[in-house]
Amino acid sequence: MTPEDIFKLLAGEFSDAVEGTTAEGGHPYITIKPQAWPEVASFLRQDARLRLNLLRSITALDLLADDQLVCVYDLMHVPTDSPAALITHTFEFAVRIVTDRTSPQIPSVAHVWPAADWHEREAFDLMGIHFSNHPDLRRILCTDDWVGHPLRKDYEFPLEYHGIPATTEFELTNPRH
Amino acid sequence: MNNTVLESQPDLLVDYDRGAQGDLRTEELLINMGPQHPSTHGVLRIVLRTDGEMVLEAIPHIGYLHRCAEKIGENIQPFQFIPYTDRMDYLAGMNNNQGFALAVERLCGIEVPERAQVIRVIFAELNRIASHLVSLGTYGLDMGAFTAFLYCFREREMILDMFEAACGARLTYSYITVGGVHDDLPDGWIERCGEFLDYFEPKIDDYNNLLSFNQIFVKRTSRVGVISIEDAIAYGTTGPMLRGSGLRWDLRKTQPYDGYETYDFEVPIAYPAGVNGVPDGVIVGDCWSRYYVRVLEMTQSVRIIRQAMDKLPEGPTEAPKLKNLKLPDDEVYVEVENPRGQLGFYVRGDGSTIPARVKARGPSFCNLSITTKVCQDVLLADIPAIIGSIDVVMGEVDR
Repeated sequence: MTPEDIFKLLAGEFSDAVEGTTAEGGHPYITIKPQAWPEVASFLRQDARLRLNLLRSITALDLLADDQLVCVYDLMHVPTDSPAALITHTFEFAVRIVTDRTSPQIPSVAHVWPAADWHEREAFDLMGIHFSNHPDLRRILCTDDWVGHPLRKDYEFPLEYHGIPATTEFELTNPRH
Repeated sequence: MNNTVLESQPDLLVDYDRGAQGDLRTEELLINMGPQHPSTHGVLRIVLRTDGEMVLEAIPHIGYLHRCAEKIGENIQPFQFIPYTDRMDYLAGMNNNQGFALAVERLCGIEVPERAQVIRVIFAELNRIASHLVSLGTYGLDMGAFTAFLYCFREREMILDMFEAACGARLTYSYITVGGVHDDLPDGWIERCGEFLDYFEPKIDDYNNLLSFNQIFVKRTSRVGVISIEDAIAYGTTGPMLRGSGLRWDLRKTQPYDGYETYDFEVPIAYPAGVNGVPDGVIVGDCWSRYYVRVLEMTQSVRIIRQAMDKLPEGPTEAPKLKNLKLPDDEVYVEVENPRGQLGFYVRGDGSTIPARVKARGPSFCNLSITTKVCQDVLLADIPAIIGSIDVVMGEVDR
């Protein structure tokens, strides 16, 4: 299946949910409305024509200029019908969910792909996107009491943590005293 | 517990159906395994909820090695980010360099010279062998077999010496770079590599005799931590983990990069007991299967390196005019087959020389996420067997 085929299939099945498609460029993707995402995700995972069963990665983007946060879901089809035969054919697909920066909210798909559990926790930790209905939405890489979300473009580097002073590269070259 | 011993003291006899009697009481105990523990292979902390010897639940806590490499990637040029990729999966630096270099090349449409591609394949496969040797050796250590560890590290040392001869570093290479490799091979390197392969290939039998078919080792690792193909895919586990569950899946075959489609090699998978010399008691998807897939992969890597050495063409080793490379306003997501699974890099450019976003998908991160699912109602002594068979590198999990 090429990305164009999947675009057509999704436009037919979920005409209300599709916000747009981008076929050109190095990474074709479809943009889905957040509220329809779990339903579309189940379809992508289970439909006999697609069976995109491997969630490879969730990449959170901060589009500061557009005042948007974006999640890019990279999916892949792994055929399992005859596991002992060498698999030479596969296809991949990407989905984008756009949410606003002030109260970012995207429904969780951890019940569709269990792999999404940790990826969503990472996006929550580093980008501050809230995944509703996530089974265990905690920070995963930073400590629980960390302030802010480091991958935001307007993130302010903390100057101390529990009394431990932090130096930035700027301060190393421009000492305070 | 042995009930016959306790029959002389009926008060202490435990009726497991009705719970404890007399003074014996059982209660659940939370145990912290790690972050400093020899069999967690780094700073992994697992909170175990135990009832006697049984582990009811295991919850991994990660992040002790977090450096936010992705944020660093948004502030420097791709060439400068190559050394940071070494430090993610520090046992497979070459493969990580290759993954990021491929992503940037695909984003910018850079053609890599053929000689550079072949050198990349040689180094990626050598690093796969070196990484698997660490995996085998330390897994033996976890299971109480010290000898195999020393043998594995002896051969790994030779690979590291060859890497040092080519690029000057033993662990963090930054050798494979955007557009090719940053130096040509030194004189006599190919002959040295051929000698090493001739020496190394028979050693794989030694590892098998010392460890793989050692009855104690087989008993410790077979029928433990069984993962089905469906679960493996659902949790995003890849590489030897997925092949250890019996699926013949390898990115080098399905989505070849750097000319892997021109090499003749097989993709080893796990077989049930009795097939292809697999010892009794092993079932597909258990710890022993995952371990043995790595042993078989080393033989295939040797095959690939031999073919690459035969066809190594003359020519440049780096694409020309790459200084101050401008990244187009586009994005790519590229995955390569790392020793541990599929390593992915998402790179997004905005027309300047610095990427707008760099995201790394570490295979160990996804492989580790299945821990809670696998470590349910297992014996405490099986936890090191399961964690070791996942073969995590925390530098990559935490990034």
